[in-house]
Amino acid sequence: MTSLLNNLRECFPEQIRAVEETAPGQFTVLLDGPDATEMARHLMSGYQARLVTVFAEDRVQVEGVFYLYYVFDRPGDPSWLILKASVAAENPTFPSLAAEFPAVNWQEREIQDWFGLEAVGHPNPRRVALHDNWPDVHPLRKDFPLDTVLPPFEGERHVYRPAHGEGVFHIPVGPVHAGIIEPGHFDFAVAGEPILYLQLRMFYTHKGTEKLFENLPIQRAVFLAESISGDSAFSHGTAFCRAIEQASGIEVPARAQFQRTILLELERIVNHISDAGAIANDVGFVIANAHAGRVREILLGLCETLTGSRMLRGMVAPGGVRRDWQRTQVEAIEKTLKVVQREFRDLVAMLQSSNSTRERLQRTGILRAEKASMLGVVGVAGRASGVDLDLRRDHPYEAYRHLPFRVPVYQAGDVRHRLLVRIDEVSESIQMVRAAVTQLPDGPHRAPTQPIPPDRCAIGAVEGWRGEIVHWVHTGYGNCLERCKVKDPSLNNWPAIVEAVEGNIIADFPVINKSFNLSYSGTDR
Amino acid sequence: MFKILQKSISIGTVTAEYPRVAPHLAEQFRGRLEFDFAAWSDARPAADVCPTGAIAIHDCDGVRQVTVDYGRCIFCGECEQASADGAVRMTKQFELAVTDRRDLVITAEYALQADGHHGELLSFSSGPIAEEPGKRIEAAIHKLLGRSLAIRQVDAGSCNGCEQEIVALNNPVHDIERFGIRFVASPRHADMLLVTGPVTRNMELALRKTWAATPDPKVVVAVGACGISGGIFGTNYASLGGVDAVIPVDVYIPGCPPRPEALLHGILLALGLVRQRMGTHPRG
Repeated sequence: MTSLLNNLRECFPEQIRAVEETAPGQFTVLLDGPDATEMARHLMSGYQARLVTVFAEDRVQVEGVFYLYYVFDRPGDPSWLILKASVAAENPTFPSLAAEFPAVNWQEREIQDWFGLEAVGHPNPRRVALHDNWPDVHPLRKDFPLDTVLPPFEGERHVYRPAHGEGVFHIPVGPVHAGIIEPGHFDFAVAGEPILYLQLRMFYTHKGTEKLFENLPIQRAVFLAESISGDSAFSHGTAFCRAIEQASGIEVPARAQFQRTILLELERIVNHISDAGAIANDVGFVIANAHAGRVREILLGLCETLTGSRMLRGMVAPGGVRRDWQRTQVEAIEKTLKVVQREFRDLVAMLQSSNSTRERLQRTGILRAEKASMLGVVGVAGRASGVDLDLRRDHPYEAYRHLPFRVPVYQAGDVRHRLLVRIDEVSESIQMVRAAVTQLPDGPHRAPTQPIPPDRCAIGAVEGWRGEIVHWVHTGYGNCLERCKVKDPSLNNWPAIVEAVEGNIIADFPVINKSFNLSYSGTDR
Repeated sequence: MFKILQKSISIGTVTAEYPRVAPHLAEQFRGRLEFDFAAWSDARPAADVCPTGAIAIHDCDGVRQVTVDYGRCIFCGECEQASADGAVRMTKQFELAVTDRRDLVITAEYALQADGHHGELLSFSSGPIAEEPGKRIEAAIHKLLGRSLAIRQVDAGSCNGCEQEIVALNNPVHDIERFGIRFVASPRHADMLLVTGPVTRNMELALRKTWAATPDPKVVVAVGACGISGGIFGTNYASLGGVDAVIPVDVYIPGCPPRPEALLHGILLALGLVRQRMGTHPRG
């Protein structure tokens, strides 16, 4: 990192105002002005850096400016690089990177909607995070009160791009769907059965989460973090706690690091197994889903034994975990995994024994590797399309550096390979949990509570089962938060579904969608 | 094919027998909080740590009013840990569904001492007891068999936690179809709306339309702390709070999320209402 920072200083002597290690392994480069374009280009072409996330913060009342944060990482380097650019309140615009780096398309529009900063040159500057019928408000500005009661929405509804041609028609789906899933709107333009073009409308479950974090006591904020995406409660909670720990220098005891690792992996196993069942279900292989549902229940029982909650809620806390484990609880892990491993092996054999299932999954919903890396796709969906990223290996945290594991990566990018990534990962995770149990150290499960210093910023990143979860916090006074930015992997991955469904028959949409299994609530917040 | 059959036969029946038989709950499961109001010397630490305001205190004229709202509780257990006097205790009780929102709220009034501790317990409104335990409901349901109940689930803004447990109702362990209850794809086919929340501004219209599209007689069940009260999200510029802020609600199921048996308990409770309404509502 030092040589990279020196290189930046040499290449951009005028533009860099300061460089600071804002948290261990997190380097912030403060820029003069709002334009990070040149430097971003330099980092990405010269250093193969990856633009992880872009977000804004309103500091107008304190410093007279908005800040934009561009978070980068690069292969082989566990540290984070953050470019911090300022946008003057009197000229609320910034140059858009979306045309060059489509991965930030939605994120820049989110900044536009929530902060009222115009992304100049954005290829598609329409609203994304606030629906079109909302009044002209910018809820993440500090002068916008959380409890504002907005008048009934009377603005124009969203206009979908029309598709023309003989036999071409639109199929609108949602926000209330046929299954038990979250709300979103899909507008399919189809010519007969094949899908020509899919338009997505998300943010139906936008509930003001990032605004709610502001001024919230950190102890309570953990529970809000657990409610960002209900199937990833522990991962989001841990990402948040890690951000707080990084910002305030809290050392998590070794035992708690292992406990967290075990629970993170259990969350992965539970969700991957239920996804494997759901993918089978969506192509009519109902019995496989029934077995997956049964195995899932066994695992949820273990989750309850370890945390008091089937969804692993109320366990993680800044400095460790809330509850220690007795010996019998630790023994339950090995006992349950033994059963689960056998059952999972049978489930996989069942899935692979069915030629018709294989037929339906193979070459369905292909996300090509170039598209995946262009769109910044992360997690399971990325790894099935050649994107070799995994925070557990690339930015090791908790106990992961003590546990050997393999990161499965495939190139084909179809539904079948998204399923294969999951299957491989379950086997790896079972093996990792076992190794973690044998190494589980004695000692405290939580660091003593200490006041959180104000005005510190840090990233907390966790590889959730779906992909990379990034929280960024700015601490405030009185153990409260100034701001918390949440990036769920789904935000990058939604646009990839648009690519993956193109040319597929509409009847395959459910299984393609399920093979990504993205979080609506994590996206919408 | 043969192997699949063999596997299924070797597994045998896994379906739980709730409500006839109490479910197996982990020792650590956190259910309803129990308060020893007479012994509770200070509610402030509990109210301080409560992430959703489910425990709230209001001091006025030497009297402290303590309100406990199970419709806001996310069962995190922080209040139990914070209360030194042992007056707050988590139990394993999960059958918490009620038909009246007010039944989820307990209020206690104490004479207030100078140091902020409680004095004498002045008054106390009775706590929520499961209106009907699942066992009793099931007996009533037996009479209902022969008709089926169709549920349309609506996510009006949830975090997807409640959906996880609702989906679990369909797995072989909880197998809701054994009661003749099934989830349907359209509100037009539904007798019941099972709604999770908080209701966001962006889902308000969709929820109203779904409700309007559901034929009468219908019942609405609000699921989870967020569905009942807005939960940790409360009301804000993007959230309208609980489901009953938008459409009338017949049954409330506390939890974060409610475990499948708790959902089943609430749904069976609501099934009784469907039957009552069938009597007054001619249906073609």
